[in-house]
Amino acid sequence: MSNNVLTANSGKTGNGWLKGVSIALSVVLALPILVILSHVVLGDASVWHHLVDTVLFGYIANSLYLMGGVTFGVLLLGVPTAWLTSVCVFPGHKWIAIALLLPLAVPAYIIAYTYTGLFDYAGPIQTFIRDMTGLGYGEYWFFKVRSLPGAIVMLSLVLYPYVYLMARSAFLEQSSNTLEVSRTLGYSNRKAFFKLGLPLARPAIVAGVTLALMETLADYGTVQFFGVNTFTTGIFRTFYGFGDAVAASQLASILLVFVTILIVLERYSRRKIRYHSSGLSKVSNRKIHLQGRYGIGALIFCLVPICFGFLFPVLQLAYWAFFDSIGLDKSFFKLAWNSLSLAFIASLLTVSCALLLAYASRLFPSKSVDTAVSVSGLGYALPGTIIAIGVIIPFAWLDHQIIDAVKALTGDKIGLLMSGTIFALLFAYVVRFMAVSLGAVQSGLGKIKPSLDMAGRSLGLTPVGVLKQIHVPLLRGSVLTALLIVFVDVLKELPATLILRPFNFNTLAVRAFELASDERLADAAPASLMIVLVGLIPVILLSRSIASRT
Amino acid sequence: MTSSSSTAVSELSIKNVSIAYDDIQIIKEVSFSLKEGQIGCLLGPSGCGKSTLLRAIAGFEPLAEGEIHIDGELFASTSYSLPPEQRQFGMVFQDIALFPHLTIFENIVFGIKHWSKQEQIERVSYLLELVGLSGYETRYPHSLSGGQQQRIALTRAMAPKPRLLLMDEPFSGLDTKLREELVPEIRQILLQEKMSAILVTHDQLEAFAMADQVSVMSDGYIHQTGSAYQIYHKPNTRFVASFIGHGDFLASVVCGDDCVHSDLGEIKGHAPHGYDAGEKIDLLVRPDDILHDDESNFKGLIVNKWFRGSHFLYRVRLPSGKVVYCFASSHHDHSVGQRIGLSVHLDHLVLFPRES
Repeated sequence: MSNNVLTANSGKTGNGWLKGVSIALSVVLALPILVILSHVVLGDASVWHHLVDTVLFGYIANSLYLMGGVTFGVLLLGVPTAWLTSVCVFPGHKWIAIALLLPLAVPAYIIAYTYTGLFDYAGPIQTFIRDMTGLGYGEYWFFKVRSLPGAIVMLSLVLYPYVYLMARSAFLEQSSNTLEVSRTLGYSNRKAFFKLGLPLARPAIVAGVTLALMETLADYGTVQFFGVNTFTTGIFRTFYGFGDAVAASQLASILLVFVTILIVLERYSRRKIRYHSSGLSKVSNRKIHLQGRYGIGALIFCLVPICFGFLFPVLQLAYWAFFDSIGLDKSFFKLAWNSLSLAFIASLLTVSCALLLAYASRLFPSKSVDTAVSVSGLGYALPGTIIAIGVIIPFAWLDHQIIDAVKALTGDKIGLLMSGTIFALLFAYVVRFMAVSLGAVQSGLGKIKPSLDMAGRSLGLTPVGVLKQIHVPLLRGSVLTALLIVFVDVLKELPATLILRPFNFNTLAVRAFELASDERLADAAPASLMIVLVGLIPVILLSRSIASRT
Repeated sequence: MTSSSSTAVSELSIKNVSIAYDDIQIIKEVSFSLKEGQIGCLLGPSGCGKSTLLRAIAGFEPLAEGEIHIDGELFASTSYSLPPEQRQFGMVFQDIALFPHLTIFENIVFGIKHWSKQEQIERVSYLLELVGLSGYETRYPHSLSGGQQQRIALTRAMAPKPRLLLMDEPFSGLDTKLREELVPEIRQILLQEKMSAILVTHDQLEAFAMADQVSVMSDGYIHQTGSAYQIYHKPNTRFVASFIGHGDFLASVVCGDDCVHSDLGEIKGHAPHGYDAGEKIDLLVRPDDILHDDESNFKGLIVNKWFRGSHFLYRVRLPSGKVVYCFASSHHDHSVGQRIGLSVHLDHLVLFPRES
């Protein structure tokens, strides 16, 4: 109602196109999910029975093990570090708080093959043990990195920052008053933490865990490389091995059930976070000072995830990249160019669509537009594999219709127009990363209060003038952030790119994964290192907001 | 005063205006007018439609019915609406709405960019002096306190010499003390600039302190437009009577042309009230209608009391059992449970038909 300031009295009906376009856009963006869902009902039951008889329960069991293990891992690494850096003072706590975010920059599949290189039979650690002890192959026990537990450790090491971030901000928001009240009511510091601090932070911690689990379910590179059969590897195998898109999408739809549960849980927790926060964002000044060995203990505990999640793997990658790999040749620059330009175009596209949707919901707040916006944001929870399958099925169908039509009309045979082209890939990226850019743009737009628009109009600006002189300068920051986040996410994305990329079109992520799969770990290092370094940019952005709260 | 001499002061007239969203009427056939240089106020509880009406005057809401005129010129009707940017109205908002990316100077000249640089500088320094913030030109809004920001917002709205200044709850984000300082200060500035203005508020004390003319709104209707004295002492409707100030309704019976029989006994007004003898009516009694009087034989039992500094406000139970307010000077400190003498000072009777 009051929000249509930009359009008020300039012909509402004339601007209705924005509403229509945004709804149409959301329908297009929802296409992949609709396709997957439709196969639950329409699919061929025989393929389904085959899946049930053979592999399905293995996939489910492995995925559940993985999720259970990662839950334990991210809680173990994320919650204590969050508590230590938000409530306690110990040597280096300020830069530790920021450094704990670093593993976010490392994709799980990269850390996975880095540790494989380190700990495998031919790796430096085992070689060193053999040299020291004189033992040979099979004469001593050493853990296997490429296993289900290994995958759990790898995923936990890079996904704990989700829990860390959420838990930390929850701990910071707990006013020292709440805890002090409990002290006056006879609770000790320790009891207050377990009876009050932890329960108050629980919704935030649960939300963090669900985010980590969504990433776990979406992971393809790690489980594939470690030979752990989960949904994502199953979908790949069914799709490529059997060439069966229908069965693949049926598998995807079961994965979708898991994801939906996580989405519901995450939304529910986020709602509860609001009730649990004190509303006062004042950071408590009173902190627990950890002295002597307690302080050192806290420091060491926090250093563990930083070293194993970031420092050691990156050092190993750098070593390989500079001393062992084939080096930076022409093909590397071609890959980098492919990746960067693809990420650039995808981020521009995604943020443009996000701007369109955000403005539609600001100017025409209505049920239909709100629904359109939330439907468009669904992709963030969907594994790239699901989106890829959901994109390729309708695109392939459409391509065949077009090819047949052209053939019938002109007699010429044309190639694929959409599936197997950059277009399909870009579309998948837009679906997958719409939510992050929408979030950034909407929060930026939310800060431009409707009264600013009205003030501009009453001071003589036309609607276009308001857009140019007030919105553009105020939105610039959040739009840049959105562009950057999507850019980096596209650069790291693996499964959707693997499925949808045009023939012979490689990106850094795809090439790194392929080289690693061929056991050419050192040669994969330059591309991996570059992905990690670019991935550091949003982490630095995030750390700024963290630093401002310490 | 040199700059203000050319300010175009305007007369506003609102005729039968209705506003509707999706066929739900938010404003229902509202009419009022505001004379040149006067300060009007739309007063009402939240959700009564006062801000919507203000936005309609500014040109941000289409009219479902009625017309808005300025100095006889049509500004809005059902089929026509002058765009907000062409109305030359200034606007001040509850959330202040200074442009965060611009300095104070740039904020203030936002509406007068077409003026010459020299004129802009003169206007800004004149206005900043007026609001007591000279020297703040190069600061950014976030570095100012809430009260300072609101003064700058007023300055920005006044800079283009608007025909009418619209203020939407401009003080509600400020703390009480600051508000008490700022309200009379801003009234003074508006009077000095001879600027017509409309204030929207839910705070009657703010309305009384600021406005020449108050329109009391509820549920999309304007119940009464008048001076603060009129709406307090001569409320037109039961809503106005209960919304403005403290008061109680006493179930009474008419006993003559100018008299009613109530819990306070027989009360004679100084003018005929227009009800027929025997008719059942409700009599409005304000705290200042019943005063504490040690001499009086008419006693009441104190059930509650508030010390207000300059006076006591007592809640007393009358012999009939009805409970009413009573004023007493601050030296008459009685305790709850005590019986005190009361004298009734009611000469203008405010009566409403009995509500069943």
